[in-house]
Amino acid sequence: MAEGLIAAIVVFVLASFVGFEVINKVPPTLHTPLMSGSNAISGIAIVGALLIAGPKEWNLTEIFGLIAVVFAMINVVGGFLVTDRMLQMFKKKEAKV
Amino acid sequence: MSDFLPSTIQISYLVAATLFILGLKQMSSPATARQGNLLGAVGMLIAIVATLLDQQVVNYETIAVGIILGSIIGTVMAQKVEMTAMPQMVGLLNGFGGAASMLVAMGEFWRYLYIPESLPVDSNIVVLLGVLIGGITLTGSLVAFAKLQELMTGAPITFPLQQPVNAFLFLGFLAGSGYLLVYPEDPKVFLVLVALSLILGVMFVIPIGGGDMPVVISLLNSYSGIAAAVAGFIVMNNMLIIAGALVGASGIILTQIMCKAMNRSLLNVLFAAFGTGGGTSAGSGSNIEKVVRSIDPEESAMMLGYARSVVIVPGYGMAVAQAQHAVRELADQLDRLGVEVKYAIHPVAGRMPGHMNVLLAEANVPYPQLYDMDDVNPLFEQTDVALVIGANDVVNPAARHDSGSPIYGMPILDVDRAKHTIVIKRGMSTGFAGVDNELFYKDKTMMLFGSAKDVVAKLVSEVKQL
Repeated sequence: MAEGLIAAIVVFVLASFVGFEVINKVPPTLHTPLMSGSNAISGIAIVGALLIAGPKEWNLTEIFGLIAVVFAMINVVGGFLVTDRMLQMFKKKEAKV
Repeated sequence: MSDFLPSTIQISYLVAATLFILGLKQMSSPATARQGNLLGAVGMLIAIVATLLDQQVVNYETIAVGIILGSIIGTVMAQKVEMTAMPQMVGLLNGFGGAASMLVAMGEFWRYLYIPESLPVDSNIVVLLGVLIGGITLTGSLVAFAKLQELMTGAPITFPLQQPVNAFLFLGFLAGSGYLLVYPEDPKVFLVLVALSLILGVMFVIPIGGGDMPVVISLLNSYSGIAAAVAGFIVMNNMLIIAGALVGASGIILTQIMCKAMNRSLLNVLFAAFGTGGGTSAGSGSNIEKVVRSIDPEESAMMLGYARSVVIVPGYGMAVAQAQHAVRELADQLDRLGVEVKYAIHPVAGRMPGHMNVLLAEANVPYPQLYDMDDVNPLFEQTDVALVIGANDVVNPAARHDSGSPIYGMPILDVDRAKHTIVIKRGMSTGFAGVDNELFYKDKTMMLFGSAKDVVAKLVSEVKQL
């Protein structure tokens, strides 16, 4: 388990560096969509929720897992949709009438 | 064959993580951003489907109910929300993410209560970390939401011994955690820790003023990413860790950008209870005759119509008045008269970095006309008229020279360097920071009082007649 934990920490640190590199280049214009888009990605906790809610036995773990599934889905679906709603408005000049 | 499914799942996770990174990368240009967001969503779909293939996951009917319920709520929220309410929307969604991570940690804790094996120390640490970060994210985001939605006062809430009390709560959490590491089978202590983390989230956000809420939301966004990564440590899933780390990093970068734009350190934002009262900070030294020149829409229209270059500085006041469509119409009319129109966007215009850009995009303003602060500031000296609509603190010249002002050192838009400045404002009230604005008393500044929407509509009809 400890070895697995260390490997996981390695992945975490490297991914953080990738995150810094990728996001540093985003212009201020897009910061709000970026925030809501990355917020949607943080809904990835859905995977943890699904695994916890997975087994078919009724107990507290299940119930926590299921509530977590609902919350995480709101975060994911709401986040991606609202980001898309914002981004579809960013246009260059529309054709002059 | 028995290896086939697990490796398929792992490879799907890798694909999902890659799509998240590519998606975020495409977010760096308005032209590809929408596609980038789509890539992220596809990555998420792949991750969810792959997880459902996992042999641990057999509880399909109930899970389907959870997924459908969450999707419906999420869809409705995303469709209904006003663009001006975007910061609190992100805050609220963020709170749900934190709640999910916390519940995953709680579920894992309870799972070990049902089996003879006791929770190993390393998993236990990760579970407690998940409870702490998830709980703070949940209640902190809810308080931030309530402040921005004006369900509660936006002013900082402080009380004596606040910091010691918070420190005490935090130490209580640490002590309880220490106890649980030794006796991991005590659900009562665990529940106390859950409660403590929820209280900490509230305590963390209430002393922070409404104007600083976007910084808090961005920081909490970063926490919810870290919380997701911690959930990844709990269920030992690399993709969760990668995605969580990406979000954690992005939240921290945005937080830094915002603090820099306000020239404050993060510590100052979090602990200084900024913007406490009205008036305390109004520069007492310079009370020499404060004369305000006001102007009517007709004359303003003449100035704008016969200018060669106009820079429009929109602020949150424009957004709440829903004046962005009228503003664009004004810009169109000026364009027709051959006036060169630019928009100057301060990094914290609106209530979140980039919020103003979204609002103007909603009004079909083409994004190449929007200029960032650093690009537009050198242009003000050659600008005939700077038109400030509902912005206040971000155009206050005191930030440049008055070291006694609370906003001293904050980078501002140099509208006072334009040949003329017209300020559209409801009255003489102060902005978020509670600071008087000396721009309004300058010789070159003319105040056009009224609600942004009405005034701009009048300007449009006047300019049309030119």
